[in-house]
Amino acid sequence: MKAWLRLRLRLLAAIAALVVLFVAYVSIHPRGASTYVLTIWANQGTLLGFAAIAQFFAVLVRGVDLSVGSMIALTNVAASFLLVGAPVAIAAGVVAVLLLGLCCGLINGLFIVYGRIQPIIVTLATGSVYAGLALLLRPTPGGAINESLSDALTYDISGTPTSILLLAGALLLVAIPLRRTPLGLGMYAIGSAEASAYMTGVRVNAIKLTAYATGGVFAALAGLYVSMVTLTGDAGVGPAYTLNSIAAVVLGGVSLNGGVGSPLGAAVGALILKTISSLMFFSGAPPLAQPFFEGLILAIAIGLGSLGVFRVRNKLDLFNR
Amino acid sequence: MTNPMPQIELPERLARGRPPLRLDPSVLMVLVGCVVLVAGGAVIYPAFLGPAYLLQQLQIAAFLGIIATGAMLVILLGEIDLSIPLTITGTAIVTTQFAGASHAAVAALAIPIGLAAGALIGFVNGIGVAVFRIPGMVWTLATNAMLLGATVFYTGGFKPQGVVPVLASQAALGRTFGVPNAFLVWLAVAAATIWALNRTVYGVYLYAMGNSQRALFLSGARVRRVTVATFMLAGLLSSLGSLLLTGYANQAYQGMGDGYLLPVIAAVVIGGTSILGGSGSYLGTFAGAIFITLLSSILSVLQMPAAARQIVFGGIILSMLLAHRFRTRG
Repeated sequence: MKAWLRLRLRLLAAIAALVVLFVAYVSIHPRGASTYVLTIWANQGTLLGFAAIAQFFAVLVRGVDLSVGSMIALTNVAASFLLVGAPVAIAAGVVAVLLLGLCCGLINGLFIVYGRIQPIIVTLATGSVYAGLALLLRPTPGGAINESLSDALTYDISGTPTSILLLAGALLLVAIPLRRTPLGLGMYAIGSAEASAYMTGVRVNAIKLTAYATGGVFAALAGLYVSMVTLTGDAGVGPAYTLNSIAAVVLGGVSLNGGVGSPLGAAVGALILKTISSLMFFSGAPPLAQPFFEGLILAIAIGLGSLGVFRVRNKLDLFNR
Repeated sequence: MTNPMPQIELPERLARGRPPLRLDPSVLMVLVGCVVLVAGGAVIYPAFLGPAYLLQQLQIAAFLGIIATGAMLVILLGEIDLSIPLTITGTAIVTTQFAGASHAAVAALAIPIGLAAGALIGFVNGIGVAVFRIPGMVWTLATNAMLLGATVFYTGGFKPQGVVPVLASQAALGRTFGVPNAFLVWLAVAAATIWALNRTVYGVYLYAMGNSQRALFLSGARVRRVTVATFMLAGLLSSLGSLLLTGYANQAYQGMGDGYLLPVIAAVVIGGTSILGGSGSYLGTFAGAIFITLLSSILSVLQMPAAARQIVFGGIILSMLLAHRFRTRG
């Protein structure tokens, strides 16, 4: 039991922080814990949650994905062209958008795995390309999204926000393969020690490609959901998501050194970030001071997460290489 | 006579008394890239080969190059500084505010204060990375977010009022014997950096740290001090670049540093510096900064829309890196 707790300390701390922040938020909000407040909160959180899960897959295999925001922008723009017309056309559109995300992620993976270039540089460059494509397709925000689909996905089902159900469904879908299949365990193995994983016969290249491609699909999910919430295609939505997705995975207890963490943690981290900014909005702080306090809280949260360094007995353990 | 001392194989860099004069192939590739860009540009637009255009490019490359110098030091360390955009904006706002002060003595100190602001930002970055052991990528992201908040709060969302120091304008826009001052400043920074990297203990520590922090720690070096000093130098250099930019634009404005992160990191890595730290030459960064400047200049002369420029930019960086890869592998 103790070992089980220790392994999940970061995740449990993140969940506790989320609960405290959430209670503070609904008690400070003028409309309290109503379905309306919950739905707005959940929609915002789900957006970043999908982005954070996209980032999680790159970080899990000891990489990082700086193109998450650009992939969200590109898929969001693609959705604004494709999600119109008859139900069949819309369904095909959704599949096409997800495939687009898959391809973007796969391209990142191919450069990283076969080009042997560092993930941070590859995704910086591909991110520039994806954002450029999005901007070419839609120089100014516009386009249309099927409104009944949007309504179905952004309101609530008997009091529970639909977005939270979507996020939970996506988490369930990846949680079990991650922990129970050779593919998922392979990702953890590669993140922990790539050379050892290779020696044990883990198919490093194929699994890394899968991780980046899965990240692309989640970025596409985030892009789709941005379209559902905003009802337009906007090429400029990207940058904020990239940075926040990294902050979210760190807050959720995912190690940037790879191999540690869960998609649930990434999603919890995203919800924490969103709750902090919503809390700021209603806290009575002057609006112009809010970005500063958001940054400060982010810094403090990251700093708190690293206090473990002061308990290290052997100084050599401080250096990871 | 036999030598009584046992022969110890030193790494090539240390074994030689002088920095190697032979040209690193990756630097050569970037230089060739620069020549190709200028030649290609000249086909479309003959004025490209004239000294006026080339000197102007060197002037603009100086801003990027000085900032990239700081980024390179941090990358050699094996970290990365993502707070460059707001270090640029923050320094510009602080400097113009102090330069506009009514008290003459305060106004005269505007430039030192601006540089100190950059060093202070670097100090905060360095403490987070060295003492709290937070990955630089995350910690500098957080300081960048705080700085963004601070500048938004201070300016109230309006264009900040203030005065650009005369010295900054002269350094950015003036020319000495026809050579842009900004380029001369960059040359001075480059000379100092090459000296520091190749001839000082600091340089040896920096490369060693990028290779193995543990080994450096065990050999008795003050690893934390090296880290903090490097981040402070990077902040200082970003501020110096920012002062020149402020002089060039003759104003400080919100978001002036936003477009610099990608080009700066691109300049460093296409110049052959390993993003993992521990290897790279300053000449590569120097050539990289010129290459990136020429590339964006030519793309804008071609009147390509901003979106297409972004795509070409990303594509060229990727292909340069792939070329590096397959050359070193083969």
